[in-house]
Amino acid sequence: MKILVPVKRVLDYNAKPRVKTDGSGVDLSNVKMSMNPFDEIAVEEAVRLKEKGLVTEVVAVSIGDTKAQETLRTALAMGADRAILVTAEEKVEPLGVAKLLAKIIEEEAPALVILGKQAIDEDNNQTGQMLAGLLGWGQATFASKVELSADVVRVTREIDGGLETNSYRLPAIITTDLRLNEPRYASLPNIMKAKSKPLVQKAAADLGVDVAPRLTTLKVFEPAKRAAGVKVANVDELVSKLRSIGIAK
Amino acid sequence: MTTLLIAEHDNSSLKDATAKALTAAKELGAPVHILVACEGARAVADAAGKLAGVEKVLLADDPAYGHALAEPLAALIVSLADGYDAIVAPSTTAGKNVLPRVAALLDVMQVSDVIKVVSPDTFERPIYAGNAIQTVQSTEAKRLLTIRTASFAAAGEGGSAAIEIVSGAANPGSSRFKGEQVAKSDRPELASAKIVVSGGRALGSAENFAKVIAPVADKLGAAMGASRAAVDAGYAPNDWQVGQTGKIVAPELYIAVGISGAIQHLAGMKDSKVIVAINKDEEAPIFRIADYGLVGDLFEILPQLDRELQATLPEGKS
Repeated sequence: MKILVPVKRVLDYNAKPRVKTDGSGVDLSNVKMSMNPFDEIAVEEAVRLKEKGLVTEVVAVSIGDTKAQETLRTALAMGADRAILVTAEEKVEPLGVAKLLAKIIEEEAPALVILGKQAIDEDNNQTGQMLAGLLGWGQATFASKVELSADVVRVTREIDGGLETNSYRLPAIITTDLRLNEPRYASLPNIMKAKSKPLVQKAAADLGVDVAPRLTTLKVFEPAKRAAGVKVANVDELVSKLRSIGIAK
Repeated sequence: MTTLLIAEHDNSSLKDATAKALTAAKELGAPVHILVACEGARAVADAAGKLAGVEKVLLADDPAYGHALAEPLAALIVSLADGYDAIVAPSTTAGKNVLPRVAALLDVMQVSDVIKVVSPDTFERPIYAGNAIQTVQSTEAKRLLTIRTASFAAAGEGGSAAIEIVSGAANPGSSRFKGEQVAKSDRPELASAKIVVSGGRALGSAENFAKVIAPVADKLGAAMGASRAAVDAGYAPNDWQVGQTGKIVAPELYIAVGISGAIQHLAGMKDSKVIVAINKDEEAPIFRIADYGLVGDLFEILPQLDRELQATLPEGKS
């Protein structure tokens, strides 16, 4: 069984995003970029399933500019077997990404695709669901536990009131939530080994998919800042402040 | 034309998220129909019909929709989509699960987590954990939107919309519900609570959550929340997590106890009206956004706060 893991290169989660003064977007020059944290969890889960002997090959895919190779090398160092980079000059929206991934899936025919539940830059939380829709496959979103068998995957999902377990006929789409696993660090020998693993590039334009943006970003701006607050000395003072705004009785 | 709003419910009651998303849906300026897809729960449709400003309720009463599985529900919504030029769902886990699937099936790009309707085709939404706001325009044939419910007031009651029975598309059968563990609680729901008391890693254990946070939350009639660190450490259940990737809340009062204030956490609560931070580290970033900060040991402060609140509550309530 083969697993496909799409990964995205994003602004590192520890970095503070700076909004460009011209309102055109967030400044990504000279900032640390990393693999989207939810995608690390996706790679980890795929590699664990391989280590359990349930999966024969893990293929990492990224869509973006050539720098996304670094992200794919990270996936390879974590244990993915090979990588595919779909090069695109411009930003591709989730619908376009899902269409490109559907093309790759046509060629690769994986039994399972594991994606992150959302990318921490655009915070869309759409790609996995869209991909499942395009392929007509089942979708197990927000997964916190995955039990894979020959033709079915049983997934526990994080839902608003607690947890829900469903089974999905393979092939299927899974999107990862935080609690699914703790991703490993790539060791130095594995980072070295990853350099010789295969990484092929394909141009998005050659896949015959229209990825022109459908939405127009008119402006990106900083949210309103909160007014500075005050420190109170003790609980009495805190409670009287709360009373003064009508909260505590 | 018309807007279709997908109701959020648990098969027996309509959730507050529906009334909040309705407010956003009405701002699109078109009549609103609500789709209630559930199993043998006409009461949910009745409740949806009572919301002010709803023109019609569509009820799809079929066991296929019993647990809001995305595959049959998306097929149903797509089968109804012809009559609508906007399809809206609250940004709950159920809404986030189904609507992008619908969007792909309709070949439309969705706008996620709308916090403001600027005009019927232009919306504001937060990106980068709420560190930036994006104004985005959709000129798609159908606008598909999920609504950040914390950003909209709940629509009131007073409507009397007719209920129309609709039947769904065939269940694709690719998924099957197996079971759920849903926490039962007398406390208000986290996403819609007026007061939230949240704990972080500094609590140290689940027992301390129950011993120190719960009494204060109960006195205030508050929901309990947690930071990711507290959830990861097993001190609180997953669905208490407040933050970029957990629940987004905007209560009247948010009390952050032993929470440092990482940007991912702030993304989930910084639109609260009043923020109180209790932390022993006076340099903690949470103090930069807190209206009232108290530096000290939470294990001394919380019991004191509990006693103080007890003393001030009217007699008979405790």
